Amino acid sequence: VDFSAFMSQFLVGLSRAMILFVVCAGLSFVLGVLRVPNIAHGSLYMIGAFATFTLSKLIGGSAGFWIALIVAPLLVALVSLIAERGLFCHLYQREHLMLLLFTFAISLILGDLVKIVWGAEYRSVSAPDFLKGTIPLFAASLPRYNLFLLIIGPLVAIALWLFTNKTKIGKISRAAAVDREMVGVLGINVSWVFAIAFVVGCYLAGVGGALVAPTASIIIGMDHSLIIEAFLIVTIGGLGNMWGAMVGSLIFGVSQSLGVLIWPQFAIVFPYLAVVIVLLLRPQGLLKAVW
Amino acid sequence: LFKEVIRSRWFGPLIVIFLILFVLPSFIPRFYTYILALIYVTALLAMSLNLVVGHGGMFQFHHGVFYGVGAYTVALMLKKTSLPMWTGFIAGPILAAIVGLIIGWFCVRLTRLYFGMLQISLGSLIWVIVFRWYNLTGGDDGIPGIPVPPILSSLNNSYYFILIIIVICLIIMYLILKSPFGNTLLAIRDNPQRCEAIGINVRRHQLIAIVIATFFAGIAGVLFVVLERSVFADLLFWTLSLEIFIMCLLGGWFTFIGPVLGAAIIVALRTFVGIFTEYWTLILGIVLILTIFFLPEGVMGFFQELFKPRHIETAEGGHR
Repeated sequence: VDFSAFMSQFLVGLSRAMILFVVCAGLSFVLGVLRVPNIAHGSLYMIGAFATFTLSKLIGGSAGFWIALIVAPLLVALVSLIAERGLFCHLYQREHLMLLLFTFAISLILGDLVKIVWGAEYRSVSAPDFLKGTIPLFAASLPRYNLFLLIIGPLVAIALWLFTNKTKIGKISRAAAVDREMVGVLGINVSWVFAIAFVVGCYLAGVGGALVAPTASIIIGMDHSLIIEAFLIVTIGGLGNMWGAMVGSLIFGVSQSLGVLIWPQFAIVFPYLAVVIVLLLRPQGLLKAVW
Repeated sequence: LFKEVIRSRWFGPLIVIFLILFVLPSFIPRFYTYILALIYVTALLAMSLNLVVGHGGMFQFHHGVFYGVGAYTVALMLKKTSLPMWTGFIAGPILAAIVGLIIGWFCVRLTRLYFGMLQISLGSLIWVIVFRWYNLTGGDDGIPGIPVPPILSSLNNSYYFILIIIVICLIIMYLILKSPFGNTLLAIRDNPQRCEAIGINVRRHQLIAIVIATFFAGIAGVLFVVLERSVFADLLFWTLSLEIFIMCLLGGWFTFIGPVLGAAIIVALRTFVGIFTEYWTLILGIVLILTIFFLPEGVMGFFQELFKPRHIETAEGGHR
């Protein structure tokens, strides 16, 4: 394998890892604060992608994508807010297994609703003109859109870090993650803290869906293939740890794209193998878990 | 050993139900016979999962893999080898149990959600291999037209075969759960730390439970092939595993017979809702939400709660 092929696979894997990171950071945040293993996260990601398709088609042109990138995640956040206030908030006292199955139920319903609204055909979104084409980078030629992803990923990480560490609501939600009863005793409305944390996490799922739209075909079932990867990433990173989600995404994305070089037919095996190895060596995840 | 079964107060009614089910195919249309047989296969799968989930307290998130391994083993042996037909029927469950031993050996080192996650990743590995290895497994096309032994070629015969195997399996499972091993498993579910402290090898018991459960899942896989004569990679996909989970929850996972009921409800719903609408999963999701909100103990658990007060009264009466 020559160096440029290796490098371009590596960079593509890295940029795919950024999308995974955006989704997993949201999943991890919800998992850390609410203790809810949210399977519906994948469905929200799918809704984000489909909404991006519709919006960018409606508006058209390069502006369409940029507006969709902003509006689609907000729509997803709205859906999640409705689900949270309507259903989730009555169930926080239940055990994890129940919550997991409950979010699975939500994902089944959302999955079929997407099918009703958008149908079962393949959809695609074209990247804005400004991000079309490739640029040379480290002896490889990288699609501009992937470079854009490589920039956006760390930006999201920084934004989320600022949110959880520098804003009041972020600090409260971190406190609620550690000891929700104590936070409640201090006179803070924990229920709304949870709602906000949930919506923020789901918003990131929407962002991930919007970001993935130009790179992949948008289709029913993309939620199921993504959410399992997202869960594994969050687990190997350490439940609830945002930087863990970053590390996990990098391991997952890069091992998959490099696997293509080694054994194309079974490239998809490599990330799963990596997860197994990590879990066997460090069962509690690479970085410190919140719980 | 069988006295336990015969002495159970459900023995009489169960015999009647069994006899009814046995003569039923002569009176109902073929389609319903097929649906009943499908319910039996699914019920065995759900029961086997419940051994580890409801009675063992483990997060067996990817049980479908063992079902798929059993099905694929028998399918490949019937289709691609010239070994005697019945060897595949035996090899299926055994290979499923071996895979269960390997995966379980890793999983029992972890607890709760981590257990489940490791199992999903290991299970997904197997799914990916089945899904991608076109030459052997046919990939996402699966393997259609599997030749089953001639004696099972008619639907009624396979119905009887499945029914008899299921009944035997249920009796064995019941005996396992009533044995000292079953009681230890319950104790581990309720308090693993205390069990460890009194000298029970928790991991070994959990591993044995997983192997037993995966063996039965393998049998369910074999029976699936007998009924459907085809296999496909979706059998090993994680959504199916969670669907089995739902059956256990819906039926009531702290009861013995609950998963059978859950499987019957889900299969029947899917069949008859599927006639009217293609949005079956929407209905499944709504059923699941209603179950979680209103029947957290499942249908069987609900009925047990309903009949409980009377029990306590008679018990008190006895003491007086």
